[in-house]
Amino acid sequence: MTSASTTAHSIVEASPRSKALAGVIVILYAVVTIAPLLWIAATAFKSPSDAIAYPPKVLFQPTLEGYVNLFTIRTRQTPDFIASLPPAQTWYDRLVRSHDMVIAGPSKVVPRFINSIVIGFGSTFLAVVLGTLGAYAFSRFRIPLADDLLFFILSTRMMPPVAVAIPIYLMFRELNLNDTHLGMILLYTAVNVSLAVWLLKGFIDEIPREYEEAALVDGYTRLQALRKVVLPQAVTGIAATAIFCLIFSWNEYAFAVLLTSGTAQTMPPFIPFIIGEGGQDWPAVAAATTLFVVPIVLFTVLLRKHLLRGITFGAVRK
Amino acid sequence: MSAMTQSDISIDRIAPQAKSRPVRQVRGLSDRTIAWLFVMPTIALLLAINIFPLIWMIRLSFTSLNLSMAYLPLRFVGLDNYADILSDDDIWNRLQITARFVLASVSIEVVLGFGLALMINRQFRGHSFWTTVILLPMMLSPAVVGNFWTLLAQPQIGPFNYVVSFFTGIAPNSFTLIGDVALAPWTIVMVDAWMWTPYVMLICLAGLRSIPDYIYEAAEVDRASPWRQFWSITVPMVMPFLMLAVLFRAIETFKMFDMVNLLTSGGPGSTTELVSISLKRAAFEKWRTGYSSALAIILFVTVFGAANIYVKALNRVKQR
Repeated sequence: MTSASTTAHSIVEASPRSKALAGVIVILYAVVTIAPLLWIAATAFKSPSDAIAYPPKVLFQPTLEGYVNLFTIRTRQTPDFIASLPPAQTWYDRLVRSHDMVIAGPSKVVPRFINSIVIGFGSTFLAVVLGTLGAYAFSRFRIPLADDLLFFILSTRMMPPVAVAIPIYLMFRELNLNDTHLGMILLYTAVNVSLAVWLLKGFIDEIPREYEEAALVDGYTRLQALRKVVLPQAVTGIAATAIFCLIFSWNEYAFAVLLTSGTAQTMPPFIPFIIGEGGQDWPAVAAATTLFVVPIVLFTVLLRKHLLRGITFGAVRK
Repeated sequence: MSAMTQSDISIDRIAPQAKSRPVRQVRGLSDRTIAWLFVMPTIALLLAINIFPLIWMIRLSFTSLNLSMAYLPLRFVGLDNYADILSDDDIWNRLQITARFVLASVSIEVVLGFGLALMINRQFRGHSFWTTVILLPMMLSPAVVGNFWTLLAQPQIGPFNYVVSFFTGIAPNSFTLIGDVALAPWTIVMVDAWMWTPYVMLICLAGLRSIPDYIYEAAEVDRASPWRQFWSITVPMVMPFLMLAVLFRAIETFKMFDMVNLLTSGGPGSTTELVSISLKRAAFEKWRTGYSSALAIILFVTVFGAANIYVKALNRVKQR
């Protein structure tokens, strides 16, 4: 393959044929890897009976029942009772009644989503603030034992969450923090701050010191120089770090399932327990999964250029 | 720590700086104070949320505390918990299951991830779009992934068995992934590989892009075969990056809990009971806090050692 190409192309550039072959393999892999996600997105639009059809259905009559079931609690009623009710006001009332059921109230999914958002943003905000300060200090000042401190900070993130949860559970019990937003925000902040310090240190290291030094000579204090010179230049890095922290908190399951049960429960421990009549309500579970995953897909596209940094704690910059 | 901070800074940093730029000491807070103020909140938070509970757990690991019988007075049992764990055949079995899971998952991810990276590195048209598509699984919540794979791998209503049947002709309901003693361990490996192959791929891609073109040009001048170039240039140059990916994935799969807990919850029997799942059962179902604290400490020490090696690898890659 290469022998033919060496004359027409640069040596390191692959030949058109090998490029095409690579393209086919990669696209094939991408299609296979994305198929499960598409299947779940499609399942959200199936009726409960289509979702558990045997054999599974590729073609089906789409319905919003899954989404309606996700957001409501329903009770089964006799047709006579349903006929005695005043006429259905909304499309989802009609949809539910056509299955001999009546909406009894909203499900818990909205409060769980709000928990995910509150805990996610709360812990992200704190982690980014602490991380920016810490990263700036590690980047610009000579801190004694800096390498050991940085290792200590990172190592806290690598610990098995189930093992960490044992003493946290006991400590939170003493402090009445189990199943509270504050407890989860503090815990996720502690996990995220290690990533934030490492990532942001990388970003701040890249901002030339000369800008600040010039500002200092001009009579700025350190803090003014940080606010007016360094932070504006670090905005992209701070935003990327924030998204990484947000994704962690959004996706986290182990702490959430072990330390929350109701008030502060987030989406990941909630989704598997969306139950319909006779087991998991798959269209509703798939609908919840879809709504839960869509923000992650958007974030992934936004983060494309910084993903490598994020997953290597800032060490590999491309 | 405070005394060290001050003395060290004053020797290393402030003194020479003060000579060259006296202005810095005059206006605003001193650098020493700022460094101290900026690092302290993070360290304090980690001490409160990680280190203090860890020390508490070390203490509990020497007790027979059982939270379902918390009214009993705290009894110290010395190293009994550790002795129990290390002489428990079940724990060794769980460690073996975990080790096999780590080995199989990481090997598959390395082969697929490195292969994909080589393909993507040929920069065919549209490669960046398809790369983003491939990356998606690793950004998802492992718990949600484990949950929806229970539907996909369900033998009757899930599509997976039908896809296998389409390509091999095996009857779709003749085998079951999650409920089968032989196949369940491979199911968790498959889902882990589905999720994390892109991770290895992305890091390998960075390694491939770090190789300067002139090395290949020189090899071409020397008439090295493509095969030879691959083994003598590509592989050794990507190796530090690959090691980074392997170490990180090994640590992550070693402590894996979320995906497997939802996919198989350790079953059937205990065939997929990773050590984190045993730990969760001991701590949060049997409430054997003393015993599980000891097991947690053993895992801590293992991960801490591995993390140490990982950070060394990180620093090596950083210097390139």
